[in-house]
Amino acid sequence: MDAFFSLMHGFDVLLTPVNLGYMVVGILFGVLLGFLPGVGGANGIAILLPLTFSMSPTTAIIMLAAIYWGALFGGCISAILFNIPGEPWSVATTFDGHPLAKMGRAGEALTASLSSSFIGALFATIMLTFLAPIVANFALDFGPPEYFSVYLLTFCSFVGMGRQSPFKVISSMMFGFAFASVGTDEITGGLRLTFGTETLLTGFHFLIAVIGLFGIGEILVTIEKGLQFEGRSAKINPFVVWQTWKKLPKFWVTIIRGTAVGIWLGVTPGGATPASFMSYGLAKRFSRNGAKFGTGELEGVVAPETAAHAAGTSALLPMLTLGIPGSPTAAVLLGGLLIWGLQPGPLLFVEQPDFVWGLIASIYLGNLVGLAIVLSTVPLWASIMRIPFSIIAPIIIVVCAIGSYTLSNAPADLIFMVMFGGIGYLFKKLDYPLAPMVLAIVLGGRAESSFRQSMIGSQGDLSVFWSNGLVGSITLLSMIMLFWPLISMGISSLMVRLRGGGLKPAE
Amino acid sequence: MYAVRKELGCLESHEFRAMAEGSSNEDPVDGVVSNRTVNLAVSLTLMAVASVVMISSYRLGAGWAKDVGPDSGYFPFYVSLIMFVTSGATLLQHLFSRRPDGKGSFIARGELVMVLQVLIPMTIFVVLSIYVGIYISMTLFIGFFMMWHGRYPIYKTIPVALAVPVALFAIFEVWFLVPLPKGPFEAWLGY
Repeated sequence: MDAFFSLMHGFDVLLTPVNLGYMVVGILFGVLLGFLPGVGGANGIAILLPLTFSMSPTTAIIMLAAIYWGALFGGCISAILFNIPGEPWSVATTFDGHPLAKMGRAGEALTASLSSSFIGALFATIMLTFLAPIVANFALDFGPPEYFSVYLLTFCSFVGMGRQSPFKVISSMMFGFAFASVGTDEITGGLRLTFGTETLLTGFHFLIAVIGLFGIGEILVTIEKGLQFEGRSAKINPFVVWQTWKKLPKFWVTIIRGTAVGIWLGVTPGGATPASFMSYGLAKRFSRNGAKFGTGELEGVVAPETAAHAAGTSALLPMLTLGIPGSPTAAVLLGGLLIWGLQPGPLLFVEQPDFVWGLIASIYLGNLVGLAIVLSTVPLWASIMRIPFSIIAPIIIVVCAIGSYTLSNAPADLIFMVMFGGIGYLFKKLDYPLAPMVLAIVLGGRAESSFRQSMIGSQGDLSVFWSNGLVGSITLLSMIMLFWPLISMGISSLMVRLRGGGLKPAE
Repeated sequence: MYAVRKELGCLESHEFRAMAEGSSNEDPVDGVVSNRTVNLAVSLTLMAVASVVMISSYRLGAGWAKDVGPDSGYFPFYVSLIMFVTSGATLLQHLFSRRPDGKGSFIARGELVMVLQVLIPMTIFVVLSIYVGIYISMTLFIGFFMMWHGRYPIYKTIPVALAVPVALFAIFEVWFLVPLPKGPFEAWLGY
């Protein structure tokens, strides 16, 4: 019940003209960024972060979070109408969304995907409202060993749950940690890895990495194919919306499953993209219409969208309560918190209730307003999409450059942005995952200091990470995650042997 | 599924690979360099980076320091050690792998040209904006991009190339009071 009253207080904070105004601005920016290929939630928020330096933190987070919701909504417009996923998490939406658009049912597909996104987000937000205060309260007693074990779990989960080669996952992650170590050592105050240059004194700012890896890298990957947009027109009117809404309750199983998958992968650092694929895959396997998936099934649009939005929203739970973001976009929001001078973690709920509950209230309202705005403005976005890429691309690059520069007014950051763009391009094409690298750059310093503080406390005894039931079970879980590729290989070879060999186990 | 993947190009290629399992990579027609070569080159580079970090952190002290606990170089040293090992594993995997997808082409000639056509002007734009300010260089960059890439006539190019900097100036410098890099031209205008 406490959570309920806090939420009401949050609405109190949110319902001022300034906050509401910036929320709508944020949603519009977000939809724009979300449906343009090459800019997405994470790097869009990174670019616009400097604009919030002069705002109060509460207004700032409301606007930035609104960009996130807008981007989640926007991704599916280009996916359905143009078969171009504006965001990685809308890739699975194209499988059935675009065939529907080709059949002239774009309005239905859009309504279904936007509405199911909304439902996914709503459930995740309710979960967040009631679970976050409990987790935060629980985490108040965490010491350095507990924190380090949670960091360990976060990073090991990438290995266990990633589909990429575990070696590549770890390489990418460690590369991120190496970037994070450059500059001043937080504990001794000494310099390291600066190689005698002044530009490296302050280290690499992770937002530059985000803009480079996700923005510039994505542009390079996109331009390779010399984008030709071939769009379908969308006829969307209240009648179509109403007709589609009447069909949605039929898919309640898919919706619940998608939400559950999304919440699970959002809280653990899986993120929206794997969640959308997993939900689509599960729906395909278990639905009665599963065989028709890929030819234009409404259910095939509902499944990934619910999961993506639920994951995107629940990624805020570990970010707010533990200071550990569940997705790159949540990581960027966390970076914002640090810049505005707030310390993420369980104390946030005690010390900054306006901020936390204003944000949570804005998720409810932001998604509702977002749904209304996007549903009523689809044709407008579709027409922007018809602007040729040779105009859009240089503008995106210019905006990325501005975002990088304004972060700390350092010209060298522009060079670093291009460098990270190159890394992002190569890594994307070679299946190195980018999320672990970004999270390592964000959390590197904190993970390192929690490790070193634990070591100082225990006089160098590693058994401190098994010293009590809580820390021990988190560490054990991390180890299972880390060695999951080996464990699952063992299980599947055992299965083969049990079946008499020769047969490949069904995946 | 494969058709979808081809249509969509390389956006999140691993996602498609997971969905369209079993399908091989693009045909090696007109390929400039194979996936295998690039994979080898990248893992070698990562190993080199890891070595540099290891040496540098070792010199800094990667052991136990009195009163400080693990020394400054401890964390980066072990991080880069792990990176060296895993990149080495990737290297060996691609060196001895007989999987067919390794032979696929990393990039076709036409694609490489497209990428370089963006990468080179972008680098020039970024370097130029450090010296002459971002407004001038973005005008040139957008103008160049539209005329050369999009083959727009000059009377369509100039309005866009001028409108974008003016709009960004209004948003950043006037509305949100965030200064952008400026050069002699802006100083002459009084900013």
